[in-house]
Amino acid sequence: MNQGSTGSGSTARPTPPRRRRRFFGIGARISRAGFIAIAAAVFLLLVAAWAAATGAGIVGPLFLPSPGSVWLRMVSLAANGTLWQDAGVSLYRIIVGFLIASVMAIPIGVVIGSYRFWEAAIEPLTDFIRYMPVVAFVPLTILWSGTGDGQKFLIIWIGTFFQQVLLIQDNVKRVPGDFIGLGRTLGLSDLKILMKIVVPSAFPGIWDTLRISLGWAWTWVVVAELVAATSGLGYRITVSQRYFQTDTIIGYILFLGVLGLITDQLMKAGERLLFRYNLRHGT
Amino acid sequence: MTPKLELRGLGKTFGEGARQVEALHDIDLTLAENEFVSLVGTSGCGKSTLLSIVAGLQDFDHGELLVDGAPVTGPGLDRGVVFQSYTLLPWLTARQNVEFALKAAGMKRAQCREVAAEHLELVKLGKFGDAYPSQLSGGMQQRVAIARALSYRPKMLLMDEPFGALDALTRHQMQELLTRIWEEHRLTVLFVTHDVEEAVYMSDRIVVMSIAPGRIKTAYHVGLARPRHQDMFSTREFIDLQREVIRTIREETMKAQAA
Repeated sequence: MNQGSTGSGSTARPTPPRRRRRFFGIGARISRAGFIAIAAAVFLLLVAAWAAATGAGIVGPLFLPSPGSVWLRMVSLAANGTLWQDAGVSLYRIIVGFLIASVMAIPIGVVIGSYRFWEAAIEPLTDFIRYMPVVAFVPLTILWSGTGDGQKFLIIWIGTFFQQVLLIQDNVKRVPGDFIGLGRTLGLSDLKILMKIVVPSAFPGIWDTLRISLGWAWTWVVVAELVAATSGLGYRITVSQRYFQTDTIIGYILFLGVLGLITDQLMKAGERLLFRYNLRHGT
Repeated sequence: MTPKLELRGLGKTFGEGARQVEALHDIDLTLAENEFVSLVGTSGCGKSTLLSIVAGLQDFDHGELLVDGAPVTGPGLDRGVVFQSYTLLPWLTARQNVEFALKAAGMKRAQCREVAAEHLELVKLGKFGDAYPSQLSGGMQQRVAIARALSYRPKMLLMDEPFGALDALTRHQMQELLTRIWEEHRLTVLFVTHDVEEAVYMSDRIVVMSIAPGRIKTAYHVGLARPRHQDMFSTREFIDLQREVIRTIREETMKAQAA
């Protein structure tokens, strides 16, 4: 019997205890609109704080220009085409460098994830190189390949390829052993097991690896352009520093963030499209 | 008549040097054509290792392994395997999963579709051919896996605790379904399980293994009439045999714990 119930059989049902922590409990659910609202609020809050700090004259415009002046500067750079030209150059470098790295890393990662011999031959070496700071290669790459696009590709490649190989190896190792056993009992050759079972099975993981490493590629292209370039987003930032155009620098940094966000969302959209079979209810 | 499957003095050792562990010792086991044999034993007795060796997925160190009198050199289409874990390929639909095996077996594309549909019907999943594994329950996935293993007509079916991950109710339904299929179509089956009731219900013969090293301790002939029904669970004969098998396994478990 419920405590305090007098057994009168009245319609008064015990009200469920009030649930607190509707928003802040671990794993508490928030509607999609709520999620977006919270995220947008944080962005707005930061911009407001920035506007307040510059508007009140707490920091000088040389160090931190107001959001308005950054915006106006970006609009004028967009209008005269500079922004799009810079972005186009960097985007081209990223795409080429990233594609070269990925096209090489996928087969190598698959092979060292599947064969112990190749793992022993390649993994320790890759691990070793991976810990060398990419930035330290910049002077060397300039010596080797000048300051043109080739050097940018090389830096992006060094920065992403070795990481990709190890991550893809891990993606491949997560393929259930019984999937491979199944392929064996069906009499498939090793090559067929790799192509028809291992690669498709690891593909969602590999896609995620590509998405994550694409984010790093953005960093490396700007690093390369900051040091030695005659075009690109990183180049514009260096030039702007020379002329104390802090508004351009900040505008470009924010723009890079937006570009990263867009490429990430594109990869995620691709994921939803490619791996629909993993969704419980979708077809 | 040559037995379907024959193991003679089969032995298997894991590890090297001082860390060597003898997993299987001097295993003699014979399965007649169309015989349903269950392998039971306390966990760690090597029953799954033995099945995996018969499937050709693991090597062995001593003895002989013969299918239809010919030595086995590796995995092959003559032995269909159903694993305990769900092994449907998630990017393929139920029908495509069956067709995947048929194509591997060299069947022509046009025929694949028909045979796949027929086998999905056999496990009562005819309507689910276009469903992806993520849309199927665990029991349904195992039914597709059984359909897949049967579809290319192997000489025998090897099953490694295929219902071990399912809830009790689903497991009973699966036992019933597999028994119906088996009684109708007959096939040599080697079935590993830790569920004695399941073994008694389904098998012609139950082989009990002992532990450390894994050996065949004893075997029981199951005299229950066929076709079998789950009503038999409560008959004297069923319960007596079930108790006897459990007692034998428990002896082994005690011995292992005392050691």
